[in-house]
Amino acid sequence: MSENLNSTWTADEMMTIAAARTLKDGNTCFVGIGIPSTAAILAKSMQAPNLFLIYESGTVNTNPQKLPLSIGDGELANHALTVVSMPEIFNYWLQSGRIDVGFLGAAQIDKFANINTTFIGQTYDSPKVRLPGAGGATEIAASCKEVAIIIRQTTRTFVKQVDFITSMGFGEGPGSRAKNRLRGGGPSRVITDLGILEPDPETLELTMTYLHPGVDIDQAIENTGWELKVSPNLKTTKAPEQSELEKVRALVSTSDK
Amino acid sequence: MVSKFLELPQAIESYVKSGDLIAMEGFTHLIPFAAGHEIIRQKVKDLTAVRLTPDLIYDQMIGAGCIKKLIFSWGGNPGVGSLHRFRDAYQNGWPNKIEIEEHTHAGLTNRYVAGASGIGFAVLKGYSGSDLGEHTKNVSEVKSPFSDEVLTAVAAINPDVTILHAQQADKAGNVMMWGITGVAKEAVFAASKVIVTVEEVVEKFSPKFSSMIIPSNLIDAISVVPNGAWPSYASDFYERDNNQYIAWDEISKEREIFSKWLDDEIYSKSTAGKK
Repeated sequence: MSENLNSTWTADEMMTIAAARTLKDGNTCFVGIGIPSTAAILAKSMQAPNLFLIYESGTVNTNPQKLPLSIGDGELANHALTVVSMPEIFNYWLQSGRIDVGFLGAAQIDKFANINTTFIGQTYDSPKVRLPGAGGATEIAASCKEVAIIIRQTTRTFVKQVDFITSMGFGEGPGSRAKNRLRGGGPSRVITDLGILEPDPETLELTMTYLHPGVDIDQAIENTGWELKVSPNLKTTKAPEQSELEKVRALVSTSDK
Repeated sequence: MVSKFLELPQAIESYVKSGDLIAMEGFTHLIPFAAGHEIIRQKVKDLTAVRLTPDLIYDQMIGAGCIKKLIFSWGGNPGVGSLHRFRDAYQNGWPNKIEIEEHTHAGLTNRYVAGASGIGFAVLKGYSGSDLGEHTKNVSEVKSPFSDEVLTAVAAINPDVTILHAQQADKAGNVMMWGITGVAKEAVFAASKVIVTVEEVVEKFSPKFSSMIIPSNLIDAISVVPNGAWPSYASDFYERDNNQYIAWDEISKEREIFSKWLDDEIYSKSTAGKK
């Protein structure tokens, strides 16, 4: 994120701002680390000052002043209303259905928004690239009322078939979530550096509904590993406002890294 | 039973045996690194090691050949990348092959809950829709006796020994920790033996934000080890040394560099914690 000109922005800044805008004031949001966390913290300085942020480390209603480097960062604990145990987080907050939105990243995603954070290539027992695994994501994807996934869109991340389903989106399509007894509503949108995808109301297949300013549809198609469905009402995301850019840049500059 | 104050080497020697099921908890915060280093120094072998986030501490113990099986739910270097020693052992068998049993945080947390509660399994809604269930032992399904509800069952986990780091002990051998405590309480209640390293001993505890007390009758040994969680952090004592986490990526990538680190930083040093 080296861009400093007032009139322009980087793709990551656009993605982060677009994700932050989707969060409603007063909602309860279960946050994954990385860009989802940046976007959620950003939303608190924009339209959602009363966003109730929960991280799996046990920090409840936290209001971090700088970007946490890890999910158990002291910054999250020091600015929390309270810090609770992990059984309370997973059993009482998440599993019981009290979370409005889960905010997740992923290494791979398919057209039904199933996500992989376990391994890439070959087999589970002998992977080409081993990733960290599930953490909290499987149950976040299962139990939140809705889930937003924030991921850069390339043919490496947007794949025809994920190598492993770590966390279920819509499985094989309509009926899969019910069959697997998942309580939450599943993915409501995928926010990328190119635009926004939402599940088709009938087929549940991810459909490109927004392109960010300056992105054309061919770019989105080329960066998708399956035949991308495009909404007939394809819209353009509102360009970042100056105040949004200032806020995201100020926030990113607080990172220790 | 009342906890005893022991020097760390004596505590590890007394309560950690080769072949044990060991839990070293601390979620980003209060990770008992000094105790892990002492286990390496004492050349304990064949541990089945459980921990939600294996992190650098188990990467170091795996590289040193202490661990034969890893039970975990998120295996990375937080904010940095991969655990290279874990991958080298798992994929290439160096310095020994390790078996893995992989869970979700919710699942492994509930394995501790069952263990702490003294029952054989816990129920949750978990793993559903994930491919993980096919690869993971100790996860099954159970039908409610009260309704048609079908739930996930996870087997209890009962470590032979749980090791934690905390901020304070009092002179009577009770322990207080505050800030993020993760599954510390569950890991204590689930275990047969408990060792806690602490930053300091105080006459009497004063109230702290989101604090948790572990009474002395749940603890076998307490060792006073200032900086015993470094390079993780101890809230109100020191911050996380993020540079060490970044440096670990380079140290752990190659076997030779790692082996030199082991000689220089672990085997040739006798006291624990940051100098």
